[in-house]
Amino acid sequence: MAAVPGSSQNLDGTARLPAGDPLAVPGAPGSLLVSVDPAVPGTAGKRPALGRFAARHPLAAMILQRLGISFLLLIAVSAVLFIGVEALPGDFAQTYLGQSATPQAVENIRRDLGLDQPAATRYFAWLGNALTGDFGTSWASRNSITEQVGRRLGNTLFLAFFAALISVPLAVGLGMISVLYRDRIADRLVNVFSLAAISLPEFFIGYVLIFVFAINFGVVSFPSTVFDGMPFLDRLEAIALPCATLVLVVLAHMLRMTRAAILNVMEAPYIETAELKGLSRARTILRHAAPNALAPIINVVALNLAYLVVGVVVVEVVFVYPGIGQYMVDAVTVRDMPVVQACGLLFAAIYIFLNMAADILAILSNPRLRHPK
Amino acid sequence: MSDFTKHLGHEVRRGGMSRREFMGRALAAGVSLTLASQLYATSAAAQEPQRGGALKLGLEGGAATDVLDPAKALSQVMFVVGRNWGDTLVESDPLSGAAVPALAESWEPSADAKTWTFKIRQGVTFHDGKALTVDDVVATLKRHTDEKSESGALGVMQTIGDIKADGGNLVITLAEGNADLPLLLSDYHLIIQPNGGNDDPNKAVGTGPFKLASFEPGVRVTFEKNPNDWRQDRGYVDSVEIIVINDATARVAALSSGQVHYVNRVDPKTVSLLQRAPTVEVLTTSGRGHYVFIMHCNTAPFDNNDLRLALKYAMDREAMLKTVLSGYGKIGNDFPINDTYALFPEGIEQRAYDPDKATFHYKKSGHSGPVLLRTSDVAFPGAVDAAVLYQQTAQKAGITIEVRREPGDGYWSNVWNVQPFSTSYWGGRPTQDQMYSTAYYSKADWNDTRFIRPDFDKLLLEARAELDEAKRKDMYRTMATMVRDEGGLILPMFNDFVNAAQKRVKGYVHDIGNDMSNGYVATRVWLEA
Repeated sequence: MAAVPGSSQNLDGTARLPAGDPLAVPGAPGSLLVSVDPAVPGTAGKRPALGRFAARHPLAAMILQRLGISFLLLIAVSAVLFIGVEALPGDFAQTYLGQSATPQAVENIRRDLGLDQPAATRYFAWLGNALTGDFGTSWASRNSITEQVGRRLGNTLFLAFFAALISVPLAVGLGMISVLYRDRIADRLVNVFSLAAISLPEFFIGYVLIFVFAINFGVVSFPSTVFDGMPFLDRLEAIALPCATLVLVVLAHMLRMTRAAILNVMEAPYIETAELKGLSRARTILRHAAPNALAPIINVVALNLAYLVVGVVVVEVVFVYPGIGQYMVDAVTVRDMPVVQACGLLFAAIYIFLNMAADILAILSNPRLRHPK
Repeated sequence: MSDFTKHLGHEVRRGGMSRREFMGRALAAGVSLTLASQLYATSAAAQEPQRGGALKLGLEGGAATDVLDPAKALSQVMFVVGRNWGDTLVESDPLSGAAVPALAESWEPSADAKTWTFKIRQGVTFHDGKALTVDDVVATLKRHTDEKSESGALGVMQTIGDIKADGGNLVITLAEGNADLPLLLSDYHLIIQPNGGNDDPNKAVGTGPFKLASFEPGVRVTFEKNPNDWRQDRGYVDSVEIIVINDATARVAALSSGQVHYVNRVDPKTVSLLQRAPTVEVLTTSGRGHYVFIMHCNTAPFDNNDLRLALKYAMDREAMLKTVLSGYGKIGNDFPINDTYALFPEGIEQRAYDPDKATFHYKKSGHSGPVLLRTSDVAFPGAVDAAVLYQQTAQKAGITIEVRREPGDGYWSNVWNVQPFSTSYWGGRPTQDQMYSTAYYSKADWNDTRFIRPDFDKLLLEARAELDEAKRKDMYRTMATMVRDEGGLILPMFNDFVNAAQKRVKGYVHDIGNDMSNGYVATRVWLEA
């Protein structure tokens, strides 16, 4: 069990770092999205206490370090968000009042919201509250953001959960099947179908599904609006179409990565050994190839899970699904800064968390990294 | 009975034709007046409203930022929501646009139209069981007069000097006479709330035909019937559900799959496709909104009236209507009023595309070189296409127009009302007076054609206080002619409101007041079993 998937290629063409080099520089964040460097701490020389802890509990040290970096990253993201919204033309008071914006009314609103303060003051005041878990109230509706975000995020996670539940096993399973029947008709079909699905824009897939299943056959409900107190089964029926759309959109990426990663491993000498032992091809793939191809698969799965949560605003609009993406877009339209900030931060947190989880899982899946010399 | 009158009767039964329209068309077909009246009565009787059912609307124009406070209602969805749970003092007649009683039973102006006495209706209760009193009315109007309320009706309310109760009556005193005051009080923000909504403006307790059941901003709003409604001629369905659908394709899909009964804002370009669906009916209503090309009358070269006239004659209105609105609109006549306004001055000659006259005035103006027109797609849907079309029709008259496309972000602050020649959009106003005061009064902030005429201003103020309708109409005719022949406004078209409904939705009223049957769609329609 010595083989490690070497340098492989992502679907989007970005080169992947060789997974699991124990000598990788600690703390080098690399690219946020594709870095899989395990960052085994090696700072023993500089900070003895920390070094000793790191030596004894390499995994715990690594997780702690990752958490720290993620936190700093989040702060940086919040600053970028703040600057971005500030830079948008038109301010909240103007946009909100629209045609009834008299200079006096604009001035009143600006003073009420503290917009007359310098940007830096406002940013740090907001940051202070956010760190204590208080995201404040929306400027436009004066409602608690935490409550609104909670409800919307719940909807988004509900949809993402079911999309993931279907797409991940399906993608990995189909990936294995296409390795098993490599270059045969099943492999070709899977590839053509998944590439077609990923090539079409998601709103188009959405419209086609609506047209066929909601209008022509009338078998599923549309629009996919869900609301408080909706029975669970009705909810499931409501998300059938958006869920199918999301599955089609994320399937190909994970499927092709699975296929590529396993095929990569299939060249290794121990696979040949397994074959010579007389193991069936399916068993070889399942027991010997797949576990060693896990790291890149976990990474691409994490990327797609993140996409299911933060990248679905188009699907939400098309299917009229009240998720958090829609909430954020509404807020951007009126420059409702606290809401934009809260949503943006949440998206960043989910992205960072999933990537971190992927890194950690990738390391756990590799015995060499679990037990460094 | 001829086939034609049969067809008309059918139209009335479907709720697709008003009495006025029916009579006009029947008379034109040579039916006698008495017979026509009888025909209308029998056809209309056949459409006895049916009660019951759950009405579902799929509407564009809702966001997570919406609030129930009627003072802050801006979006299309909140407009309809307010109409469902609340009432205003006065409503506008769906066909003539005149003020008709609602929570105010009747009213009486003083001779100078400065002091108005409104008699408040007795025996009306709010959803929480409390009786409506004149104090609630006073508190409501006062709240909207206060800057802090951030009311959308603030502009309207600022003209009001004093609001007080006098016995069971409401007395409003104005600084300047205004014959239109009752109509101003029909503004959809001015919903009467218990204690004026000062306790909790977002409570949505009113006197309307439906009680609010649930509210998720930007997602869904539900209502149940108010069993104690003070009016019997509305609120026919048992419950109303509004689903916010901001995507145009999704709205049409929801309607054609039968999941909603009614949708707003159908894209004119796809109307013909929707008409093929057997269960769907497209509802078009004339509106007051208009697409405009505006010139600053005080800025060279547009300070020359001959150049302005040349540019007006160079506009091919019919082609513009067909291309930009797919025919869903009415051609304009270079003044901002059409026959959906009360006291519309009829008989002003329609200006047509006339390259010869355009050439004549252009030569007379002595201008040479290209005229720069700024436009952007945010000005109105299809504004860039409209500008290019205009460029072509003007070229035939020998006028060269240079079209410059400006970025959409910042168009309203950097181009409109700043640059001397641009494309823009105007929504309607409840009265002619309001439209002219907002954009053609010389001191108005939004006088976007820089139309500065003391005689026009004087006439505007006189007309406002004139209680004799015939005299007022004449004044409005003079004002319309001034804007048309000397103003900086080129108004090729008014756009229609294009909505659509299932055919089993009956009783839809084509209200000239505003979109979606002036927001009353859910209170006026019923579902055929």
